[in-house]
Amino acid sequence: MEILIPVIIVLAIGVVLGLGLTFADKFMSVPVDEKQVKIRECLPGANCGACGFSGCDGYAAALAAGEAEPDKCAPGGENTAKALGEVLGVSVTAQEKVAFIACGGRPDKVKTTFEYTGFNTCAAAALAGGGPVACEFGCLGFGDCMRACSFGAITLKDGVPVICEDICGGCGKCASVCPKSVIKLVPKGTKVRVNCSNKKKGPLVVKVCEGSCIACGKCERECEAGAIKVTDNLAVIDYSLCTACGKCRDSCPRKAIIDVRS
Amino acid sequence: MSKLTAVCLIMLAGVLTNNMVLSKFLGICPFLGVSKKLNTAFSMSVAVTLVMVAATAVTHPIYHYLLYPDYTYLETVVFILVIAALVQLIEMVLKKFIKPVYNALGIYLPLITTNCAVLGITMLNIQNERGFLSSLVSAFAAGIGFMLAMVLFAGVRQKLDDADVPEFLKGLPITLIAAALVSLAFLGFAGIGG
Repeated sequence: MEILIPVIIVLAIGVVLGLGLTFADKFMSVPVDEKQVKIRECLPGANCGACGFSGCDGYAAALAAGEAEPDKCAPGGENTAKALGEVLGVSVTAQEKVAFIACGGRPDKVKTTFEYTGFNTCAAAALAGGGPVACEFGCLGFGDCMRACSFGAITLKDGVPVICEDICGGCGKCASVCPKSVIKLVPKGTKVRVNCSNKKKGPLVVKVCEGSCIACGKCERECEAGAIKVTDNLAVIDYSLCTACGKCRDSCPRKAIIDVRS
Repeated sequence: MSKLTAVCLIMLAGVLTNNMVLSKFLGICPFLGVSKKLNTAFSMSVAVTLVMVAATAVTHPIYHYLLYPDYTYLETVVFILVIAALVQLIEMVLKKFIKPVYNALGIYLPLITTNCAVLGITMLNIQNERGFLSSLVSAFAAGIGFMLAMVLFAGVRQKLDDADVPEFLKGLPITLIAAALVSLAFLGFAGIGG
């Protein structure tokens, strides 16, 4: 019988606390959107913050309020995006992305302005007067992107970074470390890419690189789908319209548009 | 000894001499986990201080009127129960009345339940045979001490971000070394206040 009293004590405290919490829940309950609860169930609960909100709860609240897109969850990926789309009643086409280095200047087409002998990183080279590459928008080729890649998808061949698109996870880490912002994220499986990032006017670009886009607009006129437009002196492909016919590539006098199939 | 002197002494001891994190090594998990940024470190400490004082206010009478003298061995179980319930209650109150704070704390709030500094201060108050009021003051002091350690260390870590750390020490190793050095600095307060 000795044991009964401590058992009763703990039980009593438990019951009192439990009842207290139940009443507190009644009085303090904040009406939560049912949709938000459903949305929260679809999310992985990693609270990683990749979506840009304070954890999964914050993202669910923003989604329920219609202030966020359902494709922002990185750990959940495509499946989560689809599940969220069902709850929200919108069709989600979560497009996987791959990184693409939009520069065809290296190793020999772009001019070199001076001999650089500093640290072997793009970040350091970019500090030295923009780097040894004459093109302001050109790849420096020291491989900061390669070191940033957590998938091991980038290799450096003779000073030219090459991305293996099968391994690339599309996280965009390489794009964020590139001091020249040459790396772009493009939808996976697309075939035709503009292999230049230079936004200067044609005559200036011709002076620094042989493989650059001079914004002549020939591709724009050739494209039957109207998918390629010259904006800010640079051809840009709208992949929702592109049929990958390759006419822009054939028409480009500078060979600045490439087909990754070949 | 006047009451004011007593309060000052308890505060001094709780904040500096017997600092929860740096001298007693309790609550190391949030100390290492949440000290990356100054503002989260600060809000976490405020929440912990709140829970510490509330938990002491509840556990002290429970111990002295329910458990003492026959069932003192129930201390740990009952205190944990009370702390868990209190954290839930505080979470509800914050959610209802101060939503921004609730949002800012996010996942850290329920984690206070498992912060051993909270259980530590309630049990230390019993162990040191403090009265109700001085227990409350000492709990508050422990919370402020926790805050001091967190804020100091958040500053240290922000400096560490800019430092050129050798490759093999990057990340947690250098953080632990830095924590050890800060703790060593606090050893200088030993003997003050009692």
